[in-house]
Amino acid sequence: MSQQPPIPVPAGPLGGSSALPAVAAGLGEAPPAAPVPAVPREPLPADVRDRPVPDVSHGAILYLEGVNVAFDGFKAINDLDLSIDDGELRCIIGPNGAGKTTMMDIITGKTRPDSGQVYFGQTVNLLELREAQIAQLGIGRKFQKPTVFQGHSVFENLELAMQADKRVRRSLFAQLDAGQRARIDEVLGIIGLRGHERRPAGALSHGQKQWLEIGMLLMQNPRVLLVDEPVAGMTEQETAQTAELLVSLAGKHSVIVVEHDMAFVRSIARKVTVLHEGHVLAEGTMDQIQANPKVVEVYLGEGA
Amino acid sequence: MRGFLSLHTRTGWLAFATLTALLLIAVPLLNALPADSALHLPDYLVPLLGKFCCYALVALAMDLIWGYTGILSLGHGVFFALGGYSMGMYLMRSMAGQGVYRSQLPDFMVFLNWKELPWFWHGFDQFWFAALMALAVPGVLAFVFGWFAFRSRIKGVYFSIITQALTFALMLLFFRNETGFGGNNGLTDFKQLLGFSLAEPGVKLGLYWISACVLLTVYLLAQAIVHSKFGRVLTAIRDAESRVMFCGYEPLYYKLAVWTLSAVLCGLAGALYVPQVGIINPSELEPTQSIEMAVWTAVGGRGTLAGALLGAATVNGLKSWFTVAAPELWLYVLGALFVGVTLFLPQGLIGLVRRLRPGKTEEVRA
Ligand SMILES: Nc1ncnc2c1ncn2[C@@H]1O[C@H](COP(=O)(O)OP(=O)(O)OP(=O)(O)O)[C@@H](O)[C@H]1O
Ligand SMILES: [Mg+2]
Repeated sequence: MSQQPPIPVPAGPLGGSSALPAVAAGLGEAPPAAPVPAVPREPLPADVRDRPVPDVSHGAILYLEGVNVAFDGFKAINDLDLSIDDGELRCIIGPNGAGKTTMMDIITGKTRPDSGQVYFGQTVNLLELREAQIAQLGIGRKFQKPTVFQGHSVFENLELAMQADKRVRRSLFAQLDAGQRARIDEVLGIIGLRGHERRPAGALSHGQKQWLEIGMLLMQNPRVLLVDEPVAGMTEQETAQTAELLVSLAGKHSVIVVEHDMAFVRSIARKVTVLHEGHVLAEGTMDQIQANPKVVEVYLGEGA
Repeated sequence: MRGFLSLHTRTGWLAFATLTALLLIAVPLLNALPADSALHLPDYLVPLLGKFCCYALVALAMDLIWGYTGILSLGHGVFFALGGYSMGMYLMRSMAGQGVYRSQLPDFMVFLNWKELPWFWHGFDQFWFAALMALAVPGVLAFVFGWFAFRSRIKGVYFSIITQALTFALMLLFFRNETGFGGNNGLTDFKQLLGFSLAEPGVKLGLYWISACVLLTVYLLAQAIVHSKFGRVLTAIRDAESRVMFCGYEPLYYKLAVWTLSAVLCGLAGALYVPQVGIINPSELEPTQSIEMAVWTAVGGRGTLAGALLGAATVNGLKSWFTVAAPELWLYVLGALFVGVTLFLPQGLIGLVRRLRPGKTEEVRA
């Protein structure tokens, strides 16, 4: 509810409307993603290898079909179909209240849909799992409002997020080994917070908190990152750095980014999904999306 | 060992060593001085200090659950009282035949014309059994209560209100004579503990000394806990529970663990308290009693263990003084203290101490 989306209407060449793939026809089989350079997957650390590996033989790492959610009769998500390919970077845009955050709530187990299916890979039914179990599978999430552990230092934030045995018994005696310290240091470098590791997270700037939160996701060695409005409140320079970071993560991870900032989306997008009233309105490249009359109408109607 | 030493800064260890020396060495020495010496610690103060140690133990337990985990319990009096009653039952049983009625049954049962011991009093003639129950009964009750409350994700003020209701309900139950715990009068007139007469000053000093040892040990244990990864998860739950969940932790089990531990510590405090004070009755279950426990922690400073100790000592010290000097004023003073600290010292007295000590302020809270 924070900001109005800029209207994505370039005076581009007309006649692009038919180029849009018909989406959400209930098939769930999305058209092939815009070419993403196939990055060879690094060998995963041992503790990650131990967790159940999603079956991605059909290409999809996340798969939603016919999902519905109503809050007191108001349909926030309405027959939503979505398929995310393994290693893909997907942008999701849509006006305020389109259901973007709710969609992430469903994937991460925070909200239970009234009907529909949500799968991780071919076989893992996410609707049967609790939040923590879904996180343990390797689905990480950044909240719309940056959420870090204010009282803990930056280092401790990353330590707590780190992929590990997270049961009570183990946490009482857990000690960091050299490899884990190195991993924390590496992530500190990636998110540009080296030298800040002893500061309380509550003392960081807004942009730094956003990065710390992304860093916490990385510590979980996630297969999928769900990133809700990562550049809200960031300076132009911070935004550019964030774009670079997210692009560099794609391939190794599947990344889903929800964002209002169209310039930002354009700078990172391979494939864009437009949500409207809890339903997929259009899907395609940024150019295809911006040329789509349905999209233009929704944004014009909303922004007017 | 190095890990253990790193629990405290140098100043911290120094303060701890000073406190240890004061409690374990200075108090007995001062008590041993001749009665006409200016520094003599009179006998009647010894059980009072012992009582303070028990309260400080409760404040530590409260701080673990409220200060560190962000769960405000207004029902910790329940666990304290259950520990106290367990010990009280042992003390009653151990004086069988020495009561007013010279009966094998506790006096109040004779008075109620009961012919035999109720089933739940069996075993309490054994000290080990009573000691075990003093920890197990609060622990099991807390576990079951916490399981349902935390699993249904009851949080914040709702949780506090339910705990307050719990202590109120238990108070009503214990007030009834038929419940079998001495009703209104509770359990009192104890004679001896493990064969030692409770009237002896030496025994009182010994009980005080044991309470102080327990307090210091639990303090170190609690330090180790809050400095472990487990402790950091607790604070993380306080600051951003949903983030904890989406990091892959199940907050339910963490809350349950610290909640149960906190209750067990209260039971321990209650068990140490009763032989020194000589009575346990349902007034310990009054809702205000539990609220006062929260005030100790708030006044001292939530989220620091030293603050909990300081708060319990300050509030109870003031209370002891006021209830003699101006009893009618005490509740106003308590209220004013609580409001004042909440408004002006959000980090409690310990925050004030730290502010007055130059430097070291940007230090990350543990
Ligand atoms: N827990 C809830 N209870 C009631 N209504 C809700 C709840 N969560 C979301 N909604 C409603 O569902 C709709 C979709 O909300 P959602 O937060 O998913 O939108 P969004 O696309 O993320 O919007 P924004 O761009 O403003 O973040 C909104 O109308 C919102 O008010
Ligand atoms: Mg949103």
